[in-house]
Amino acid sequence: MEAIYLAIPLAPLFGAIAAGLFGKKIGRAGAHWVTILGVAVAFLLSVYVAYDVMGNGNTYNGTVYTWAMIADIRFEVGFMLDNLSTMMLLVVTFVSLMVHIYTVGYMAEDPGYQRFFSYISLFTFSMLMLVMSNNFLQLFFGWEAVGLVSYLLIGFWFKKETAIFANMKAFLVNRVGDFGFLLGIAAILMYCGTLDYVQTFSNMNGISGGGMPIISDIEWHVPTVIAILLFIGAMGKSAQVPLHVWLPDSMEGPTPISALIHAATMVTAGIFMVARMSPIFELSETALNFILIIGATTAFFMGLIGIVQNDIKRVVAYSTLSQLGYMTVALGASAYSAGVFHLMTHAFFKALLFLAAGSVIMAMHHEQDIRKMGGLKKYMPITYWTSLIGSLALIGFPGFSGFFSKDLIIEAVHESHLWASGYAYTLVLLGVFVTAFYSFRMFFLVFHGKERFDSHGHDDDGHGHDAHHGHGGKPHESPWVVTVPLMMLAIPSVLAGYLLDPMVVGDFFNKAIFVNDAAHNVERSFGTVLLHTGIEEISAGYHGVVGFILHGLMAPPFWLAMSGLGLAWYIYLKDDALARWAYDKFRWLHTLLDQKYYVDDFNQRVFAKGSIGIGNALWSVGERLMIDGFIVNGTAKAVGWFSGLARQVQTGYLYHYAFSMVAGILLMLTWFLFF
Amino acid sequence: MIVVIAGWEVITYRVSQYMAAFLIMGGIVNGVFAALDAMLFYILFEAMLIPLFLIIGIWGGARRVYATIKFFLYTFFGSVFLLISLIYLYQLGGSFAVADLHKLPIEKTPQILIFLSFLLAFGVKVPMWPVHTWLPDAHVEAPTGGSVVLAAITLKVGGYAFLRFALPIVPDAAAQLDWLVILMSLTAVVYIGFVALVQQDMKKLVAYSSIAHMGFVTLAFFMVYSMATALKDPAAMGSAVLALQGGMVQMVSHGFISGAMFLCIGVLYDRMHTRDINAYGGVANRMPTFAALYVLFAMANTGLPGTSGFVGEFMVILASFRASPWIAFTAATTLIVGAAYTLWLVKRVLFGDVKNAEVAELHDIGRREFWMLSILAAAVLLLGLWPQPLTDVMEVSIENLLAHALQSKLCIGFAGGCL
Repeated sequence: MEAIYLAIPLAPLFGAIAAGLFGKKIGRAGAHWVTILGVAVAFLLSVYVAYDVMGNGNTYNGTVYTWAMIADIRFEVGFMLDNLSTMMLLVVTFVSLMVHIYTVGYMAEDPGYQRFFSYISLFTFSMLMLVMSNNFLQLFFGWEAVGLVSYLLIGFWFKKETAIFANMKAFLVNRVGDFGFLLGIAAILMYCGTLDYVQTFSNMNGISGGGMPIISDIEWHVPTVIAILLFIGAMGKSAQVPLHVWLPDSMEGPTPISALIHAATMVTAGIFMVARMSPIFELSETALNFILIIGATTAFFMGLIGIVQNDIKRVVAYSTLSQLGYMTVALGASAYSAGVFHLMTHAFFKALLFLAAGSVIMAMHHEQDIRKMGGLKKYMPITYWTSLIGSLALIGFPGFSGFFSKDLIIEAVHESHLWASGYAYTLVLLGVFVTAFYSFRMFFLVFHGKERFDSHGHDDDGHGHDAHHGHGGKPHESPWVVTVPLMMLAIPSVLAGYLLDPMVVGDFFNKAIFVNDAAHNVERSFGTVLLHTGIEEISAGYHGVVGFILHGLMAPPFWLAMSGLGLAWYIYLKDDALARWAYDKFRWLHTLLDQKYYVDDFNQRVFAKGSIGIGNALWSVGERLMIDGFIVNGTAKAVGWFSGLARQVQTGYLYHYAFSMVAGILLMLTWFLFF
Repeated sequence: MIVVIAGWEVITYRVSQYMAAFLIMGGIVNGVFAALDAMLFYILFEAMLIPLFLIIGIWGGARRVYATIKFFLYTFFGSVFLLISLIYLYQLGGSFAVADLHKLPIEKTPQILIFLSFLLAFGVKVPMWPVHTWLPDAHVEAPTGGSVVLAAITLKVGGYAFLRFALPIVPDAAAQLDWLVILMSLTAVVYIGFVALVQQDMKKLVAYSSIAHMGFVTLAFFMVYSMATALKDPAAMGSAVLALQGGMVQMVSHGFISGAMFLCIGVLYDRMHTRDINAYGGVANRMPTFAALYVLFAMANTGLPGTSGFVGEFMVILASFRASPWIAFTAATTLIVGAAYTLWLVKRVLFGDVKNAEVAELHDIGRREFWMLSILAAAVLLLGLWPQPLTDVMEVSIENLLAHALQSKLCIGFAGGCL
């Protein structure tokens, strides 16, 4: 079995190396075949492993090799396969496979074809290493490696000024998160003496009551500090407020990677990590409250921005932010299984929506402004129907996958007893309305209504992507390599929700998420109450999937979603007077949203300009003036000045010397005589 | 053992025609690392200056005279104090053998004086903040090969000397003044990081980044004492070993990475004859292979896992948390600042559209340059993916060293004076 586990990440790595280093030799077709094959192998093996782990219960936790062993601290590379990680394996490899196939169509004209395939396979490898990890070292490796590939892919079109700005921004913002994450790992090593998950969780139990002296004698609760530090890492990767700023800009990259990395997989790494570390987070009520607030803020306020965006990819990007907020809220409410469940369903429908958006963008000759689309329904039936499925899943229409997972989260927050849960509950409920509104605003603007595009191609993004559809033609459906992945993703977007029964209500994740029951001692009563009311109350009142749907039909989220959808329909298809009225009335709000709450400007002014300012100040004052100017060259000048003085004495005139000799003798005589 | 690792790096870089100077240099450096006699060490330590002086002075850039004199006087100024200390030690113990000096009991006040003179001598060499300003100038004016040797090897002598002399010979003084060195190191990491951010000259930028990275090394070496209070605790001991290992790995890895960065800049300089970042832009369009390697080294410079730059930083930060969470906090800011200046450099030089006619005429690296960089790339990756062999090799020496460095000397010769 070990060989199979090893083969899962290595197959995409092999593909990446082959396409990356020998891209010229194997050609374009060779590059996509070798990478698709690598990912397909990984997917099939994942299915096999999933069958073994989920079906037969053969979980695995072992070492591949020892990275370094210092004193008695082991740094290892190892795999942990349980229900949680195998589920992630399936999601990652499946979505990745779909995106690989889709890319064949989407990137067909791009000169960097091989490079692109190499990157996305490398990404798959990194992501697999991340989810399969059994220790923090490897987790951090995967964590940074996906960040690297994301950096490379956002800046894939490296001639584009906005793209290379966005990729640097993404990397740096992620680095801020990693900064916390690394400190969290350091704290874990210090207090638990190990980087291995299982040992950490069991050792964490012993220190759960301990304090950490941070500022002289103020003791901080150790698990709280660790949990919050780790969560800062998750905030970076999963783009939570205020570290969310990189994700919308990451849309400068090609669409397939927006789907794979910035929607389905990489950004969910933070969610996965927190679920994985649940034994640590459960020890700290403060950390959970913190998570709830951050998650709920992201879920609602980022959704609002989605309403005013006009770039098709940015709408979907803000929707991703908002959905990540939902997952985070679930984690904060200790409903880890619901969070991970939403992660899975979201991966399918959001990848679907992104790829559909990509398909639309291709048809529109790389025009991304939804105001210039419309009426595409009749030209692109497959894209239309799959988008509809994706959107319905996103807004949580009963029967679609998003409904099950999102409803679970909302119910769990409703039942949570943390003090932040009231705030979170209000925001996630309102968020449902907002989600429905912006999703169908985009949907109606793109697929229904008048055709607002002129039939000439718009090649204004100029990244070598010349429209190959020929100018002047009507938009038409994309080739099969594009539509097949859409259809393949539409299936789980509907059906994945029905896994609710085994995955959440049952004890599917119990082993993975509550690895160590003993770790819950401290807040045991609290934790279990929460979970019982959160998930298990739902289970108690749960009468099969049909019952859940019926229940959902009467719950507020459904009606909120429907009213959002209805409003979007009314404004964008019937009469936009309401929108104009609102725009006039609340222009400040629109400006605020359009400027993304000025967070970007703030960062740009304060952090970017600020650090350059500090740098300049230190450089000119500290380096040049003080150290070099004053101390170093000052010393030299002082020596020069002194020797200049001394030189005055060396006049070369005999009478000067004779005079000073006489003066000296007189001086000495005086000295000896009178003292 | 450390000698071998640091020594064979030399072999990779003999690329140009001033071979003789480099060979002498290589020999002297090997000698420095191998010297077990303090006087021999001192002589070679000084002798090292001569070939470098010549390399920079003869083959250097426009302001080479200023740079060489500054460089020479600066380092020589520091070493004079080393000489005085060594003479004092000889009078005290009657031997220059390093092993004897390790055992020599010394009282507290002389220990502190000796330590300060060591600090000055080696601190200039490392270089530590605030005695670092010779390095950027020397780098900028040195030819590529000179920069590489300077960054990859010469700087290591300072770090090595701290381990060989300062820690074991005057442990009590080191323990007492560790805060000073830690403060200097952290300043180097943060302050220099910001200074690097605003450099317009590629070589200067990498030179400042070198100083920041060496700050990690000295930080690692002197953190050991904050952990030493709980010496009986095996976990604290583990962290101390981790810190020293981290510092050592960081030195080796920095040798590879900064060497490679300077070679990369050399490659560009050979073609464009300028090091001004603003003169570049969109180089990746013309030199894809070069760009790929350059990005790899840049990532290693930011300490990305899987590269050697990560290993040392990771170990040092993990270990520093035990010394104090605030040290860890400050040291970890390098994750952000380091990434900022490196990636900004990459963005401005490599990415974007072709900026001007000179860039448009660039041709990609040839076979010689390719292999030169690839060997370093392989070393960077290998060390990053599997540092075990290296740490194994150093394990014994480090444990020995710790035993010496943490053993108070006041106990040996003076009854009742134990800490």
